[in-house]
Amino acid sequence: MNKIEANSIDMNNAIESLTLDRRAFLASSGALVVTLAAAIDLSAVELAHAAPNGAAARPPLTGDQLSSYITIDADGTVVAYYGKIDGGQGLGTSIAQMVAEEIDVPFERVRVVMGDSGRTLDMGGASAAIGVSHGGMVLRRTAALARHLLIEMAAGAFGLPAAELTVTDGVVHAAADPTRRISYAELVGGRYFDSKVDWNGKTSNALAVDVKLPLKTPDQFKVIGKSFRRRDLPGKVFGTLDLVNDLRLPGMLHARMIRPRVAGAVPVKVDESSIAQIPGAQVVWIKDLLAVVAEREWNAVKAAAALKVTWSDAQPNFPGNDALHAHIRNAPVVKRVIQRENGSVDDGFKQAARIIEGEYEYPTQSHASMGPACAVADVRDGAATVWTSSQKPYDSAACVAELLDLPREKVRAIWMFGTGSYGRNDQGDATADAAVLSRHLRRPVRVQYMRHEGLAWDPKGTASVSRNRAGIDAGGKVIAYETIGKAFSRLDISTREGRAADVLAGHLLGLPLKPEQGFEIPVASYTFDHGRLGWETVAPLLDRASPLRTTHLRDPYGPPILFGSESFMDEVAAATNTDPVEFRLQYLKNPRDRDAVRTAAEHYGWDKRTSPRKGRGDDVAIGRGIAFRRHFDTFIALIAEVRVHRASGKIEVARYVCAHDVGLIVNPETLRHVIDRQLVYGTSRAMFEEVRFDQNMVTSVDWLTYPVLHMNAVPEKIEIVLIDRPEAAPSGAAEMALGLVPAAIGNAVFDATGVRLRRVPFTPERVKAALERA
Amino acid sequence: MQIELHVNGRVQAIEIDDPGMPLLYALRDDLGLNNPRFGCGLGQCGACTVHVDGRAVRSCVTPAAAVAGRQITTLAGLGTPEHPHPVQAAWIEEQVNQCAYCINGWIMTAAELLAHKPHPTEAEIKDALDGLICRCGTHAAALRAVKRAAQSA
Repeated sequence: MNKIEANSIDMNNAIESLTLDRRAFLASSGALVVTLAAAIDLSAVELAHAAPNGAAARPPLTGDQLSSYITIDADGTVVAYYGKIDGGQGLGTSIAQMVAEEIDVPFERVRVVMGDSGRTLDMGGASAAIGVSHGGMVLRRTAALARHLLIEMAAGAFGLPAAELTVTDGVVHAAADPTRRISYAELVGGRYFDSKVDWNGKTSNALAVDVKLPLKTPDQFKVIGKSFRRRDLPGKVFGTLDLVNDLRLPGMLHARMIRPRVAGAVPVKVDESSIAQIPGAQVVWIKDLLAVVAEREWNAVKAAAALKVTWSDAQPNFPGNDALHAHIRNAPVVKRVIQRENGSVDDGFKQAARIIEGEYEYPTQSHASMGPACAVADVRDGAATVWTSSQKPYDSAACVAELLDLPREKVRAIWMFGTGSYGRNDQGDATADAAVLSRHLRRPVRVQYMRHEGLAWDPKGTASVSRNRAGIDAGGKVIAYETIGKAFSRLDISTREGRAADVLAGHLLGLPLKPEQGFEIPVASYTFDHGRLGWETVAPLLDRASPLRTTHLRDPYGPPILFGSESFMDEVAAATNTDPVEFRLQYLKNPRDRDAVRTAAEHYGWDKRTSPRKGRGDDVAIGRGIAFRRHFDTFIALIAEVRVHRASGKIEVARYVCAHDVGLIVNPETLRHVIDRQLVYGTSRAMFEEVRFDQNMVTSVDWLTYPVLHMNAVPEKIEIVLIDRPEAAPSGAAEMALGLVPAAIGNAVFDATGVRLRRVPFTPERVKAALERA
Repeated sequence: MQIELHVNGRVQAIEIDDPGMPLLYALRDDLGLNNPRFGCGLGQCGACTVHVDGRAVRSCVTPAAAVAGRQITTLAGLGTPEHPHPVQAAWIEEQVNQCAYCINGWIMTAAELLAHKPHPTEAEIKDALDGLICRCGTHAAALRAVKRAAQSA
């Protein structure tokens, strides 16, 4: 049996916070994490240090201090403080590579601390798949500055000019005399850089630094571009990595929230005697927020099920999911924005010999995270500590501060791995609930939601209607193009969850709502003479504590708008008797756009012809479809090959080919995995997922009523072609490919059958009905 | 009432006040064994899977009292970095997971499959794993990993 290298196991954040900052931690929380206590090792903080440089205490945690980004442990380990988090896509490993490269130590000697508002700057948490391109580059730059300063320190020690020194594996030595050497640990180990960084004064995603030093170039790379293995995986595979769910504080109570069966209803009477027989169970009722707590978790679960509540008579009058798109079409527009316009669109349509129109509908979808959210809070003595797997822990801390009326600096949020998240799911809500309950009960509280809350009550990805028009001249050229997406605002609840208005607890406690309006358009890569891209929002179905409140779901607007726009491109290609690849190449001018499309087509073995394919009378029809997008500086083309079973309407994905240009590739293996996993996830969104609801409430409450992809529907072949551009800045990869899945499948179904799918998800019933209508 | 649970080779007595309490809560809250996870509480997702007498069982819908005295194995009892179970070794080799909240169900279910059918066909693997949920989309990677584990066994 081969042995797995255990030394790559990453300690999780909570353990690190105990090891490094034990005193500060104890002071702020007043408690010790019992299950983690064995991991406490004071030797690291109590070693006597001989290093002469820097400061003995860490300077203030501000953006202008180098020590806020990089420190050197007494043993020479480089610690990188990353104000984002790794939800499980391998970001922590890539960040370690970027820092190791720039500061000149082996990969193994970099440790990354993530998402702890007490120790890491607010770099925005996980957001927009910019973990490498923004946060990673910030740390790369500060690592370069640290290396520069370490060389200067060594130059002072040796009495030599810095230019005569170089670094090998964390040891500075004279280029001419390798015996004159001093390690990073000897220079500053166990102390802190006492140096300033030119910081732009901003936080969150906008945080940037200018170190005025050249970064390493691709020909110098030793660590970037290599496929180091994921550091978090051994702990996950062998079950040694604790998640936020596993935290147990002394005196901690287990809580379950009580949600109404009709949206908008609030408790008017609570019969506490209904849970009197359950040991230790008690009710917490604050304004409209209702919960039960117990010493034992199972008793909290039982109490939540047993509690008798009289609810107010609410009548949300939801349209129901089947009538939702008619509702969106007919609803008054709250805000309309034409985000891009070129040429003279109305004139263009007037000049057109013919106009093609196409509408596409995308459903409401749930984050449906693997586990319903869980969080732990300890509020006492005018301060709060929350342990959360929210991907935006800094915002979660700000939200808790507002809810508890505490100064922001009195709230510490510590991110830990948890129940999985891609976007603004239910974790911020659970964190806020835990904080409110802990303050009320004066005990540490662990909130874990039940399955129905993870589906019915998480903030949703919006449904939308995509309206598309193309004007074609007599020669078959597309001269005018318009796409307008109409949807609920993706900012009804802020993805940043940094305000009480953005969490259910804030809604239930009666705090003012702060909805904003926004949807989005596809990036306008296609060059048409006259083009107009815009969006419209409609009012939410229920404005307070709504189970259908809308926010960012992974690739927040990609699948809805690209299902419309990229299906429509295919529709126009067919209408102009043009091969779908050829059509895109006719109107894409940017070389990286074109390379992505061409690379996918070549790898697939795309034969040039129009869709639909000829001779499609078989019981099982086979087709291929392409979709393309640019998102930031990521360029992706996806080809799907499908089998459509005419009798049942079942679609099987036989093959994906994805050409992917992300610029500089930090870790090729991890990048392939990120794309592979998201194409499977995207298939689930395209084929299975739709939040169902009736006039009163969401009825998707478990994995039977919110079906998702299972193993028997897995795409049979996934081929990923990475286009490496080491000279280009790294862009993002964590969500860009999945948005292409619905259009690629829909276009393949059209190629196979001549039938255009206009509504996601592509369930067998819906596909069968579409085939029968044709 | 007191019951004895035999978990990962150890015998531990716990006091429960409800004979209907699912095994999941006994393992997590009474024994501090965190590998089985609460995913749905309905037996629909597999995140809580453990082995009972060598069979994959969903601990969220299995009363603790019903398995007292039987041999229970959790993920941590399956293998260690020094002595990984073939499925765990294959999971590392294929770098399967992302968030990994589901991992327990996948590895424990795959291990049960290979214990009873060391060389399954692809269709048999898919069927055996079809009752599991993963929201990161690791299905294709998991399929590769089980094939790899079957070859190495």
